[in-house]
Amino acid sequence: MSSQLYLSGVNRSFDGFKAINNLSLIIEKGELHAVIGPNGAGKTTMMDIITGKTRPDSGEVFWNNDIDLTKVDEAGSARLGIGRKFQKPTVFETLTVEDNIALALKADRGVFATLFDRRSADQQAEIDRLLELVRLSADRDRMAADLSHGQKQWLEIGMLLAQDPELLLVDEPAAGMTDAETMRTAELLREIAGERSVVVVEHDMEFVKALNCKVTVLHQGSVLAEGSLEHVSANPEVVEVYLGR
Amino acid sequence: MLQRLIDRRMGFFLGALFVAVVLIPLGNLVIAGQPVPSYVVALLAKYLCYALLAVALDLVWGYCGILSLGHGAFFALGGYAMGMHLMREIGDRGVYANPDLPDFMVFLNWQELPWFWYGFDSFIFACLMVLLVPGLLAFVFGWFAFRSRVTGVYLSIITQAMTYALMLAFFRNEMGFGGNNGLTDFKDVLGFNLQSDATRSGLFVLAALALTAGLLISKFITTSKLGKVLIAIRDAESRTRFTGYRVEGYKLFVFVVSAMMAGVAGAIYTPIVGIINPGEFSPANSIEIVIWVALGGRGTLVGAAIGAIIVALAKTLLTGWFPEFWLFALGAMFILVTIYLPTGVLGKFEQIVKRKPKPATKEVTA
Repeated sequence: MSSQLYLSGVNRSFDGFKAINNLSLIIEKGELHAVIGPNGAGKTTMMDIITGKTRPDSGEVFWNNDIDLTKVDEAGSARLGIGRKFQKPTVFETLTVEDNIALALKADRGVFATLFDRRSADQQAEIDRLLELVRLSADRDRMAADLSHGQKQWLEIGMLLAQDPELLLVDEPAAGMTDAETMRTAELLREIAGERSVVVVEHDMEFVKALNCKVTVLHQGSVLAEGSLEHVSANPEVVEVYLGR
Repeated sequence: MLQRLIDRRMGFFLGALFVAVVLIPLGNLVIAGQPVPSYVVALLAKYLCYALLAVALDLVWGYCGILSLGHGAFFALGGYAMGMHLMREIGDRGVYANPDLPDFMVFLNWQELPWFWYGFDSFIFACLMVLLVPGLLAFVFGWFAFRSRVTGVYLSIITQAMTYALMLAFFRNEMGFGGNNGLTDFKDVLGFNLQSDATRSGLFVLAALALTAGLLISKFITTSKLGKVLIAIRDAESRTRFTGYRVEGYKLFVFVVSAMMAGVAGAIYTPIVGIINPGEFSPANSIEIVIWVALGGRGTLVGAAIGAIIVALAKTLLTGWFPEFWLFALGAMFILVTIYLPTGVLGKFEQIVKRKPKPATKEVTA
């Protein structure tokens, strides 16, 4: 069995507060996986550890079975094929929509390669395809700052796809979206899964229901329950810490 | 390529600069009665050096968001490197007529030339040092600062500390750079007498060429994909990292290029004003550069150059008319620009021009 991502016995504390407490989690290749949990459950710290922003105090984090992610920085994790979407849509505000996608496009990230880079026809075609996919073709020459909140979320997803990642970490993609946008996003994430692995961190139960996938409930930095949404919803502990509130 | 580098702004500015390069030496050297006095040529040449320095700062601050409050240090180091060569070119024509040692070393009773003065007899070597010394300092400084992810106001403070420390060091006689008097009494450069009008005009043209080169190099960088990465870093640094770019490498590159450009500005400045002293390292100088860029229009390159020229011109005029009033005027200028012209003089100007477009020009652009 080959896992995309393997976390085992991971610990991380900040000033004595255990943000991640003996966390173990496996993400299969091509899987769509939702991670839910109350505020402070360690969801963001978990993503920080996977993407090399934060180093764990102890524990193992492996990518594709053999690459140790605890030794990789943010840019390194991106180059390995981990794409991360932030909770608050984070795009390059004073660049055009098209340039945002172009910067994210898979290419040599070296300083001098970038200085002398010229966009090829293939790259342009790929940019056009992605803009179409995230429905921003008409807005390609606008500054990203001028987009609506929902459009920025979409642009960021487009940028992630441009990186051609094997794994997408998506932090609350539905935050601030209209119902229609939320459903369309769930649909898009389901489409992406299969070809790529997708981990969604989410609060919105309707959205998780729409994803229709395996769910992991985090609480106080460790896994409380795992399984389908019906399965974890039936767990009295889960109801206690999260759903019941 | 040319189209990419020379947009409307750049075209207008370089055009105006070209006109000045033709008319000013003409007015000074050729036309009878000297309508352009020699001191004006030197003054304008000095402004162009400031303009290049402003462009260098705009490259790091305007595009990459690195607010360096120590760019005066790179300028001064470039100036010292050239000053050292000019000192060597004095030879035995100094006050003490010592063929081996500059005057200040004779005065300090030194017996031989310190090792770090070796090589400065050669103009080529000095030119190399003009680029290498500021570049190396920027590289070492940036290497540590950017890798440790020092950003924002903390970075600004340590750049300020850097230039202050250098100022204190250069004030010391034991350093071997002339102490608080600095390096001066230059006679000539490459055999051309620095007091002659022809040399002055030559330096003016050189400063204009350097400014043009600086602007075009900066434009090349900022319009490349790398330039967009710089803007991305300015806008959302962590997003840039998660997109796979090693931010520190990009910052280091642009910081070093900018420092070298500042060094060149200093190197041309020194023969124009005839002196380089530790005062050039003073933190206030570096802060003034930031005012030039903010006033002209941050992130526009041409705006930074215009800002430097406006402020330098205002300084010349105001310190002549009301000497004690200058710093208040500078402060007021900065405050007014920040409040009323957030996009700088250039931004405001373009806004006004755009508001009432002439039908004739519309047809041309369409």
